[in-house]
Amino acid sequence: MLEIQDLSAWYGRAQILNGVSMRVGQNEVVALMGRNGAGKSTTMKSVMGLLRQTGGAVRYDGRDILGRASHAICRQGLGYVPEDRRIFGELTVEENLEVGRRPPRPDAPEWGLDHLYALFPNLRERRRNLGKQLSGGEQQMLTIARTLMGNPRLILLDEPSEGIAPVIVEQMARVIAELKREGLSVLISEQNLHFARLVSDRTYIIEKGQIRFEGRFDDLDANPDISRTYLAV
Amino acid sequence: MGFYFAQLLTGLANASSLFLIASGLSIIFGVTRIVNFAHGSFYMLGAYLAYTLVTLWSGSVLGFWGGVVLAALVVGLIGLVVELTILRRIYHAPELFQLVATFGVVLIVQDAALAIWGAEDLLGPRAPGLDRAVRILGEPIPEYDLALIAIGPAVLAGIWLLFHKTRWGVLVRAATQDREMVGALGINQAWLFSAAFVLGSALAGLGGALQIPREAVSLQMDLSIIGEAFVVVVIGGMGSVSGAFVAAVLISVLNSFAILIFPQISIVLPFIVMAIVLIFRPYGILGKPGSEAGAPEAPEAPLTLMSPKAMMVMCAGLMALALSPLFTAEFTSVLLVDVMVATLFAVSLHFMMGIGGMVSFGHAAYFGVGAYAAALAVKFLGFGMLPAMAFGPLCAALAALFFGWFSVRLSGVYLAMLTLAAAQILWGVTFQWQDFTGGDDGILGVWPPGWASSDRVYFYIAFVLCVGGIWVMRRIAYSPFGYVLRGVRDSQTRAEAIGVDTRFHQWMGFVIAGAFAGLAGVVFAFSKGSVFPDSLGIALSIDGLIMVLLGGIHALAGPILGASAFVLIEDWVTRLDYWRFIFGTIILVVVLVAPDGIAGGIQRLWRIIKRGAA
Repeated sequence: MLEIQDLSAWYGRAQILNGVSMRVGQNEVVALMGRNGAGKSTTMKSVMGLLRQTGGAVRYDGRDILGRASHAICRQGLGYVPEDRRIFGELTVEENLEVGRRPPRPDAPEWGLDHLYALFPNLRERRRNLGKQLSGGEQQMLTIARTLMGNPRLILLDEPSEGIAPVIVEQMARVIAELKREGLSVLISEQNLHFARLVSDRTYIIEKGQIRFEGRFDDLDANPDISRTYLAV
Repeated sequence: MGFYFAQLLTGLANASSLFLIASGLSIIFGVTRIVNFAHGSFYMLGAYLAYTLVTLWSGSVLGFWGGVVLAALVVGLIGLVVELTILRRIYHAPELFQLVATFGVVLIVQDAALAIWGAEDLLGPRAPGLDRAVRILGEPIPEYDLALIAIGPAVLAGIWLLFHKTRWGVLVRAATQDREMVGALGINQAWLFSAAFVLGSALAGLGGALQIPREAVSLQMDLSIIGEAFVVVVIGGMGSVSGAFVAAVLISVLNSFAILIFPQISIVLPFIVMAIVLIFRPYGILGKPGSEAGAPEAPEAPLTLMSPKAMMVMCAGLMALALSPLFTAEFTSVLLVDVMVATLFAVSLHFMMGIGGMVSFGHAAYFGVGAYAAALAVKFLGFGMLPAMAFGPLCAALAALFFGWFSVRLSGVYLAMLTLAAAQILWGVTFQWQDFTGGDDGILGVWPPGWASSDRVYFYIAFVLCVGGIWVMRRIAYSPFGYVLRGVRDSQTRAEAIGVDTRFHQWMGFVIAGAFAGLAGVVFAFSKGSVFPDSLGIALSIDGLIMVLLGGIHALAGPILGASAFVLIEDWVTRLDYWRFIFGTIILVVVLVAPDGIAGGIQRLWRIIKRGAA
């Protein structure tokens, strides 16, 4: 469904990605793991058209999307949840969701407000509050709900478990399972091996802008060196 | 009592027109992050168009209001054309390029209006049905003023509903906070920007159109309103429409009472209010932190030392310049002095912006203080030329010490606006203080003494001072102080974290830039033999920005190329009819073809040629 081939990306003269290749299949949850600065977020931003200096190829449903404007990429059915959440703080929760709203697509599940409020009950209570008044966990819920309002087929989740309370992390895991049940494909970036194992089918490990491992978690367990080298803190 | 109430109503009526213009400016800045100098031109076009339409349909109530609304809509359309043809291509260029581009539009619109409507002021018809005065508490109040007082809040309410009750408005508010994220959620920003630009321009046009029963339509309307409109936007908080309303009321009402006590104050009052507000609320009354940031900047490339080849070219250029009086006409020497003065001025502005990371919209203030200090020292203290030449930059440095202390407490567009305020205050004082500064008549008879009076000798004095000044600034840029300043520019928090007193360094950078601008002013004063308030004016500040940006802000050679090109083009173009139109077009072409300036353009051209040769 999503195919990344030999993707490179630069910030100014600094090369951040150096030939990343990976794929996400239909209704699959894939974890992209690596330390801070390994290139996880850069990979996601490149796919989403948020970086200008990129090379290689990104195909979505067989169509080339690298270099296209980010709104056009979103309209193909790709949803993006940024790691720093990027809530519109001066807008209410409901207005935040309104910004994300897009017409339904025949090939993807449709998320109305009611459906989302069922998934994130806190947001219903706080729907008249401003984005900046929410707690970190609530903001994380809101940013996912906002992206789901666009009825995506594939969702890029950048570090969903970062910086939130353990009880919310559990809720997040349930949400990701729900997304998979609804038929979505998910690419999440993650530092936490435990969380990644809990929610995803396969994993890629990235380090210094290159993929160092790909496979199932069983394969990863069989090679403890790999997780020690690329993930241990 | 009645008199004061009438005064209050006049203030509120003025507030309404000011609010219309400022709200449009604020919306445009909030969404597109463009500091739109052409906003005053849209206001002026609104007035001219309304004049034509209302005169055409004269007499009827419908004709008047229909003409006003249609004029606003046409201005919105003109805004759309400007956005589509010019601004859309440069949203990713450095923000100052956008500013210069909009100034190019200002020049073009000025000459277009001159060609269509002529140079004479036009007196518009009064509004039918609202052409009398009513007595309130015994004082006559124009009915039209009352209508304006109602229109301001009505428009505010309309904008509020639009922004809070429609999907489009929600998107605009979201884009004001985080444009990129709005794009990643599937919204086509280009379309959103165009719509915001059309709305903003139409509001400016409406503001202008509603002025026609109150004041004559003239070609000076654009730049006379733009300073005040900026001030209102800044006081209210960039991007905040309600803030613009509060600020417009604050300024206009204060002004209507302040002129009772001190009539001359109205020129500088808005700027004084702005300076006070910004010291206590650095983001304006209703502004949010972060609202000061303009377009996202590309990371700065490090400055490199000049290659030996470039050094040789530079030395050859200097040699040619030094020898030029020997084989050119006196007239050329005079022009070359202008070029050198402009270059020193541009380099000092570049020092502040490119090295110090502080954008100044009022750098002419220090140029003018230098020039006036020298001229006043000659006139009142009987200084000779050389002591006066030392005294001028010293005074400019002191002025920069004073205003810089306030300015470095702010950042981004707010800092730029405070520098503009400082310049306007100095200009206002100079303009009004007839006894001391000569006011509009300036100070005459500031000539070099006999030994230096020939154009050739003065050329060499200017050569030594300007080239020397540029050399010193270059040395400072590469000194440890210069490194720290650039570090602060690139990341204030990181510089602070390693123990740099960032404000102090910026403050000193501000003072150095001011002192050298003052030196340029001194050389200028003695070359012309006179000084006028123009040398502190907005126009000169903008000229400086154009020079720096034409040259390219990321290269040290940029301001040199930019200033030379500017003076030579200006010298040639101003002899033609409709030179503003031509000059504006040249600016736009440079901005669209070489968004990295002449220096960047030459570098790119050179790479292409090299690749072709290889």
